[in-house]
Amino acid sequence: MSILVLAEHDNASLKSATLHAVTAAQKIGGDIHILVAGAGAQGAADAAAKVAGVAKVLLADDAIYGHALAENVAKLIVSLAPSYSHILSAATVNGKNILPRASALLDVQQISEISEVNSPDTFTRPTYAGNALTTVQSADKIKVITVRATAFDAVAETGGSAAVEKIASAGDAGLSKFLGQEVQKTERPELTSARIVVSGGRGMQSGDNFKMLEEVADKLGAAVGASRAAVDAGFVPNDYQVGQTGKIVAPDLYVAVGISGAIQHLAGMKDSKVIVAINKDEDAPIFQVADYGLVADLFQAVPELAKELSK
Amino acid sequence: MKVLVAVKRVIDANVKVRVKADGTGVETQNVKMSMNPFCEIATEEAVRLKEAGKVTEIVAVSLGNAQCAETIRTALAMGADRGVHVQTDVELQPLAVAKLLKAVIDKEQPGLVIVGKQAIDDDSNQTGQMLSALLGWPQATFASKLVLNDNSTATVTREVDGGLETVEVKTPFVMTTDLRLNEPRYASLPNIMKAKKKPIDALTPEQLGVDPTPRLKTLKVTEPPKRSAGIKVKSVAELVDKLKNEAKVI
Ligand SMILES: Cc1cc2nc3c(=O)[nH]c(=O)nc-3n(C[C@H](O)[C@H](O)[C@H](O)COP(=O)(O)OP(=O)(O)OC[C@H]3O[C@@H](n4cnc5c(N)ncnc54)[C@H](O)[C@@H]3O)c2cc1C
Ligand SMILES: Nc1ncnc2c1ncn2[C@@H]1O[C@H](COP(=O)(O)O)[C@@H](O)[C@H]1O
Repeated sequence: MSILVLAEHDNASLKSATLHAVTAAQKIGGDIHILVAGAGAQGAADAAAKVAGVAKVLLADDAIYGHALAENVAKLIVSLAPSYSHILSAATVNGKNILPRASALLDVQQISEISEVNSPDTFTRPTYAGNALTTVQSADKIKVITVRATAFDAVAETGGSAAVEKIASAGDAGLSKFLGQEVQKTERPELTSARIVVSGGRGMQSGDNFKMLEEVADKLGAAVGASRAAVDAGFVPNDYQVGQTGKIVAPDLYVAVGISGAIQHLAGMKDSKVIVAINKDEDAPIFQVADYGLVADLFQAVPELAKELSK
Repeated sequence: MKVLVAVKRVIDANVKVRVKADGTGVETQNVKMSMNPFCEIATEEAVRLKEAGKVTEIVAVSLGNAQCAETIRTALAMGADRGVHVQTDVELQPLAVAKLLKAVIDKEQPGLVIVGKQAIDDDSNQTGQMLSALLGWPQATFASKLVLNDNSTATVTREVDGGLETVEVKTPFVMTTDLRLNEPRYASLPNIMKAKKKPIDALTPEQLGVDPTPRLKTLKVTEPPKRSAGIKVKSVAELVDKLKNEAKVI
């Protein structure tokens, strides 16, 4: 068996989500190849070649892969598919965008966001906002799978010495064009791979008030997240959203401030190792999952926390 | 231009979902069902395009058992013009849904198809991408803004991992909705009454020439491990102490 793992990368470097997908591939078992589709992506390919347990890196370097347009990358994956028993990607936005397209073209029913590998054809995945775990068996010839990164440890970033094989571009599908992006520049760690996450909800009342949380986050070396309500209200950008339909995180420490703990929010953070909740309502559902709960007005507690952490 | 929206009937987002004791699925008896929230957003977007004079007709499609007709009625009450109900009691997985939708689209020839990014029951996030693949159309997923241009293209803003991205796609295309695309309206009582008179065509997978048999066999459905509540601390100082000395995470 050979397994193809689609790399999540920014051309220069490999994103850690890929390391978690490789672990899932190891649990399936077989030769693991990483596909780097990008533009000027030698850096990402070289990084992929160093990943422990990887047998080969395929590098498709072409301007048409520069922005991971699904129409083009799916076409490339389909052209490679006959050599593989499994095609995996981390369930990042790119993975979710590209893999189902490839899967349909291969006439395969994809298995989304697996949290467990039971056997090479049987996988468990959360459904209903994580209220149920569904175990499914696939009869398709090729298994197309996205992987929930938080459910699998990362493999070592180094230790491997795979060859990088340059492969031809599969051509431009000519259906869509990248126009631009608005990416938030931040010095803080990435939300999905941070060791500590500090999140704010509607209780924060404004975007300005998030500065208080950022101060705490910076003292802890943490990423900042948010509930949907805080994003919808425009306090913070969309990519801060943690939850069923946002990002899934499982840091060592998750601090929920002014967040009630709706099931859709819990779906994105309840696998965190330690959960702290700060909320003025002692009956808020977030306290049912919190290891340490503080019933308090956040406008007092958060500045106090910043001060306490400076001691 | 005609727009087609796909609307799925799911367990309401506010229901606490319970796994059945026999491990075959989740409780659906006497459980409130609603239109999938992302499909409400899809319908709302179509209705706004019609109100803006960019769209002439909205067709709402739902696939599944007899009760899915209610979900189509909801879309009609929001402003869709007519419904198509693909009736089947077979469990439908995204690839089958995409094939059935494609068969409907081949007949209807819409210029735009809007679906939700994710159904909140199966949490698959596949159907729109699969559908556009089968049609050979572009896909604009996780959309937070749509602008239809005059030259048979559209400019779509997408919610991506690092923020927002803008793409240009050729029409016809498939768009999947994200939460910030719009805020769906509630249907007014007069519109709910009017919706009762709007037509719904019923079709079967056989009539559409599609075999909807599921590819994935569900072996079991279980409850996830429960997280138990911890302790309440009395002060920020105690909290920091616990995090440092008990949990040892800071
Ligand atoms: C289809 C769908 C998808 C969704 N996806 C997501 C998702 O991915 N992520 C997500 O988070 N949500 C999601 N939601 C929304 C979810 O259902 C909740 O509405 C949302 O999580 C609520 O956010 P919140 O906790 O910030 O706001 P609220 O529920 O309004 O809670 C605010 C909390 O702040 C507390 N508070 C207020 N003032 C103070 C103060 N001064 N000091 C201390 N505490 C204070 C209050 O006691 C309250 O508990 C989704 C919903 C749907 C229907
Ligand atoms: N049975 C169905 N009937 C109508 N639309 C559906 C159905 N299943 C999926 N869809 C559409 O596909 C979207 C994404 O679903 P999924 O891929 O299952 O997460 C939904 O929001 C709907 O727009």
